[in-house]
Amino acid sequence: MVIKYSKFLFFLFLITLIGSVSYAEPHKQLSDYNFFKDIKNQIPRDETVPYKIANPLFSDYSHKFRFVHMPLNTAAEYSYNNVFNFPVGTTIIKTFAYPIDERNLDKGFLLLETRLLIKNENGWIPLSYIWNNEQTNAFLKYTGHTFNVSWISSNGQEKYVRYRAPNVNQCKSCHEINNKIQPIGPKGRNMNINFVYPNGEANQIDFWHDKSLLNNIPKLLKKNPTIWDDTKYEINERARSYLDANCAHCHQRGASASNSGFYLNIEENNSSILGIYKTPVAAGRGSGGLQYIIDPGKPADSILLYRMLSTDPGVMMPELSRNLQHEEAIPLIREWINQLK
Amino acid sequence: MKINKKIIYFMAFIFISNFSYGKIIIEPGPNAYDRIQEALILAEPYENIHLSSGYYEIEDGLSLDIDNVTLSGDGLDKTILSFKNQKSGAEGLLVTSNGVTLSDFAVEDTIGDAIVVKKANGIRFLRVRVEWTDGPKSSNGAYGLYPVESKDVLIDSCIAIGASDAGIYVGQSERIKVINSEAKFNVAGIEIENSYFAEVTNNIAHHNTGGILIFDLPNLPQQGGHDILVKNNKVINNDTPNFAPEGNIVGKTPNGTGIMVMANEKVILEENYISGNATAGILVVSYLDEYEDDNYNPLPNKIFIRNNQLNNNGFEVDKVRAEPIALLTKNKAPEIIWDGVTSFPEWIGLSKQQRLILGSNKTKDKKTDMINLNLMTYALLPWFHKIKEDYDDYIGEGISLAEVNFKTKW
Repeated sequence: MVIKYSKFLFFLFLITLIGSVSYAEPHKQLSDYNFFKDIKNQIPRDETVPYKIANPLFSDYSHKFRFVHMPLNTAAEYSYNNVFNFPVGTTIIKTFAYPIDERNLDKGFLLLETRLLIKNENGWIPLSYIWNNEQTNAFLKYTGHTFNVSWISSNGQEKYVRYRAPNVNQCKSCHEINNKIQPIGPKGRNMNINFVYPNGEANQIDFWHDKSLLNNIPKLLKKNPTIWDDTKYEINERARSYLDANCAHCHQRGASASNSGFYLNIEENNSSILGIYKTPVAAGRGSGGLQYIIDPGKPADSILLYRMLSTDPGVMMPELSRNLQHEEAIPLIREWINQLK
Repeated sequence: MKINKKIIYFMAFIFISNFSYGKIIIEPGPNAYDRIQEALILAEPYENIHLSSGYYEIEDGLSLDIDNVTLSGDGLDKTILSFKNQKSGAEGLLVTSNGVTLSDFAVEDTIGDAIVVKKANGIRFLRVRVEWTDGPKSSNGAYGLYPVESKDVLIDSCIAIGASDAGIYVGQSERIKVINSEAKFNVAGIEIENSYFAEVTNNIAHHNTGGILIFDLPNLPQQGGHDILVKNNKVINNDTPNFAPEGNIVGKTPNGTGIMVMANEKVILEENYISGNATAGILVVSYLDEYEDDNYNPLPNKIFIRNNQLNNNGFEVDKVRAEPIALLTKNKAPEIIWDGVTSFPEWIGLSKQQRLILGSNKTKDKKTDMINLNLMTYALLPWFHKIKEDYDDYIGEGISLAEVNFKTKW
């Protein structure tokens, strides 16, 4: 009797043991993934492809080094407006860094955090690795981290920021749409630009295609994306590109600011939903005493600009990943609202 | 195979401990944010994270995204999360998972909203206090308890103090109970907005600008608020001047509003004790601002008011935010006020709607009075405008509402 019972328990014990071991634990150190030839200088191995995007999110003037690593002999599916459909096993890698002196990038960078999005059978997993002071490796941290950073900006000013690496829940608040975590950047309209690879400059989509990393590319690639700070484009297109990149990850249907009914994704064209003469719903003091999200022709009376100007965490937008004003974008949005009718 | 009893017990213990729901206990002290946030991230479903009594200083927003977790403290005056030095994060605590219970702790002085719950299926707040400790100030965060786009919302025995918008705010949600709670020194004490199937019962709303607001607003993913019961609440002495930052809809709440219903359908206000509210005891209004939204109905409909005790309301109408009431009433406004805005066919007599339905209500020493401000005529044919004050014209059969039954089992 005791023996029988113990066999049963032993069986359960084994199951439990196997169950608790089979969790795929993420690596504790960034170096364990073996993405880089030279991790300190962010030089990737051949299988890790660097890229950049046309309209990046402003993150307090940090520089970002982006890479994607797909399993051997797999490829992503192209899409113009949506993020490429990456194969299971893909990791998207993004390192946030500040230049020592932005006027001379050869002086090097201070690396702060490397964020990973790892795609498994159930979807994307966000992780953040915090760089050590010696800048030799980065270590998994779930709760985020605060850095006090100073650097010399491109105009020679000494700048300072309290940089906050997000905790993994905060990752979700920007990366989650319809309860699924998604990358944001690598979509067709963001990738159709050139990159300087070790063997020379090339269009990123052509390059990925040549390396068999990307399928289903249309014969004729759609036009180049409007880059928000490229003055050869119209103000309206530039502003919409900027707002799409900086706001629409939350301000679109199904994303974390869906309850606002205020959406800024580039496909949106209903003027109320875009904020024109739209009154705030749950803005609290974020309204700044103003009536409308966008008051056409009156940037100073528009909540949108007010919240871009603010650095008060209870007022500012975006809510996360920003502690400084984006000085270069403010005139663009001001001018855009000014010429709206 | 021979295994002795001790090993059997050991294995049984390992087995059971792996499957029983854990409890993680956190004590106050340095790095409170990191320790609590780490527990919230690494929690397993059905785990209890318990914050022992004491004062926790938190500098960043906390968040929970694991289903069925309980976050508890030792009491709403004992376990205190203070955000007085909050440096980042738009709210104190954000919950984005289902079936969560928050109980027996306080969140104080957040820089934005205190506790936000988004898109949850099932959320319970039990004996939670949210407070801005410097009293009513426009620099306080907007919302205290703020579940939005959620289903099965229970707020029981909670306290909300000092929110610059609404102390207890349920927005764009469904199946809601706000019970046994207290809201004071907020702009709006308790607000149910763009929501379906709510019971607001046995609460005290006092010293707010407006006690209980049932609103529906345009241009939102969920609108057409309906089926709301407001019963057996004490809505008294709402006497804090409106301190909402301008531009927000609650900034328009008149000083001294008891219960206000805007643009909802099927609302019952019954057995409430409503007293000492300077502009109005009960105010039923349409949404009169301009808007662009074909799917929105700005008019209230089937608002049934019965068996309330209404005393001494409307004694000093807010001349700025309730200008039409101030203009159209004399020394003291009636206890029940309806703006009288209807659809055009109703106005010219082609159709009839029971927008306001009165049962019997009580007032000390006199018959309860009411006014229909008749603002349609006031706006369209001002020379022919007359207020209507005949209570009996609005007496009707009334409506009934089904009980709210949660689908979530906590």
